[in-house]
Amino acid sequence: MSDRPTEGFNKTLDDPRLQLAIYSATKRLMDHRANAIEPSRLPDYQQLRDHANHIKKHTIEHLDYYLEQLETNLIAHGGKVVYCRDGAEVADFVLGVARDRDARLIVKSKSMTTEEIDLNDGLERGRVETVETDLGEYILQLAHQHPYHIVAPALHMTRYDVAEIFAKNLGVPNEVVIENQTKIARAVLREKFLKADIGVTGANFLIADSGAVVLVENEGNARLTTSAPKIHIAVAGIEKVIPRAQDLGVFLNLLGRSATGQPLTVYTSFLSGPRRASEIDGPDEFYLVLLDNGRTKLLADPEKRQSLYCIRCGACLNHCPVYRKIGGHNYPWIYSGPIGAIITPQFHGVSEDSWLPFASSLCGACAEVCPVKIEIPKVLLKLRAEVTQAERREGRGGLERFTFVVWAWIMTHPKLYLALARIGSKLAPLAPNIGPLRNWAREREVPRIASRSFHQWWARRERAKPHPQ
Amino acid sequence: MTSRQQILDDIRRALGRAHSQPPAPLAAPLLRIPQLARNLYTSLFVQNLEKLAGKCSVVRDASSVIPLLRDLLQGKRAVASNAPFLETCGIAGLPEVQSGFTDREALREACATADVGITSVDYALAETGTFVMLASPQDARMISLLPPVHVAVFPQSRILTNLDELLSVVPKPADETSSMVLITGPSRTADIEQILVRGVHGPGGVYAIIVEDE
Repeated sequence: MSDRPTEGFNKTLDDPRLQLAIYSATKRLMDHRANAIEPSRLPDYQQLRDHANHIKKHTIEHLDYYLEQLETNLIAHGGKVVYCRDGAEVADFVLGVARDRDARLIVKSKSMTTEEIDLNDGLERGRVETVETDLGEYILQLAHQHPYHIVAPALHMTRYDVAEIFAKNLGVPNEVVIENQTKIARAVLREKFLKADIGVTGANFLIADSGAVVLVENEGNARLTTSAPKIHIAVAGIEKVIPRAQDLGVFLNLLGRSATGQPLTVYTSFLSGPRRASEIDGPDEFYLVLLDNGRTKLLADPEKRQSLYCIRCGACLNHCPVYRKIGGHNYPWIYSGPIGAIITPQFHGVSEDSWLPFASSLCGACAEVCPVKIEIPKVLLKLRAEVTQAERREGRGGLERFTFVVWAWIMTHPKLYLALARIGSKLAPLAPNIGPLRNWAREREVPRIASRSFHQWWARRERAKPHPQ
Repeated sequence: MTSRQQILDDIRRALGRAHSQPPAPLAAPLLRIPQLARNLYTSLFVQNLEKLAGKCSVVRDASSVIPLLRDLLQGKRAVASNAPFLETCGIAGLPEVQSGFTDREALREACATADVGITSVDYALAETGTFVMLASPQDARMISLLPPVHVAVFPQSRILTNLDELLSVVPKPADETSSMVLITGPSRTADIEQILVRGVHGPGGVYAIIVEDE
């Protein structure tokens, strides 16, 4: 197993302000969710989860069919579909469109998929200005940071951080009132929207039977991104497709409630192709980029492919005791928390950041709150097994394996076990000073060992028992 | 090989599926439409939109809309959509209101400087306090988006119970429009310290005027 980046962990753990920010934000999101799925408000919550899981399972198992259906229907509405194997192909495509249309400015709405492929970096190389328009993402772009959380990207920042970032980058006076900060961003970004040549978005859902892209948001920046510029390019992972528009009721209900506790987010846009001949406004060109970037690798294993059901609600992050301590930036990729822990190794290979599937207590909170019922702990265990197998193939992990062989042998020899346990209990207090245990014991207290073992206590009790008449 | 071919081939190989193999049967969509007395739709809509800090007025008939709007506008500049119901209410006759746009650029310019956008809605959803708007020659996208206040004027007969009922009435929105938007309350964010702020990019003020008799 590769070393954990403990330095980063400790920095986060030792920062009381950051700990409070993570704790209170995730707690608030947990409370909102709990409130929104309360039986009096949503009596059939479990039925919705079952149905959503069923639809996702079915779609992923017939992914080629639904992608082709989506493509046919979107083309019929005048849209164009582009398949891309990786981020470089996406950047090339967008830059190609920008070059052909002499575009100078691209506005973007929040999208984890474009974060995943570092699209902004790719576009900057082509000298096209790219501006994030979701408030949190805009702040992060100015600060050159990646999202801290799938749903609340700037969760780790305070109003004072934002004041500093705005003052430094926008030349505005130090402003610490959040309402006013929002107004500043609105004014700057409004101008960008009206000048932009291309709007780039992600997609929350792709609808096969309609050839449509569905976007959910609260700010209105996705609506502006898809309606103001003359060209709209949506970039979506291939796993985002669902069969029918009529399935949306279930998914939108679960997504909004699980993410922020809203029965419906403020805006849900259902978009299919460029504006129709008689419509007054809307884009003239509409492209859907379908991205693989490693997703097809996740399909072969019938158990692990459920990782692709994710609808990016962030509930597993909010409920994870690990995420709530180490935060988002200590994960090796932009997908953090439990969902990040299962998809990162599958995208990048288990040998890279192999500590990740082990950084979990397997408490199961993630699986309990997942709206599409991904069995995250089960996938984690599978990945752990794969890491161990890979290490065995590479001839590593010998000491650990040897330890367990010896342990198993001792456990099957009771007399030997008892003898060793007596010695062990005397030596236990010394454990924190022994090599690899030192790290483990630094954050923990070794429990005091009782002066008499259970075996000794039981034997004495049996001896003291009066014999039956 | 094109990226398209390679991706689709990779998928089929991983899933063990043949080219154009039809899918296994899929469960029917789960449409949960509550049983609710028709005369309760309006009050439920009002209650839910007000919960989100939207404002609502319920008026007897179309002739009561103009006095209400006059109070609301008070010299502010407004852009109205070409929806027939707005015409029924005589909204284009108000001096503050610009309407009749058919050109994208002219409409956009008007919306970018207007204080209020006035539209009708195609449907409204009682359970969530939602406006449903399909882009069409009658209704442009920008009017409900660029001005800081959005006023929607519509007859109460347009109110449905919920999203699932909408999807049973409009099973394939893409057949009718390039853009169907569900608007549930004012634009908002909680991106800084989880503090709720309204009116980020879309309208911070959302107003429904519901007309009882058409």
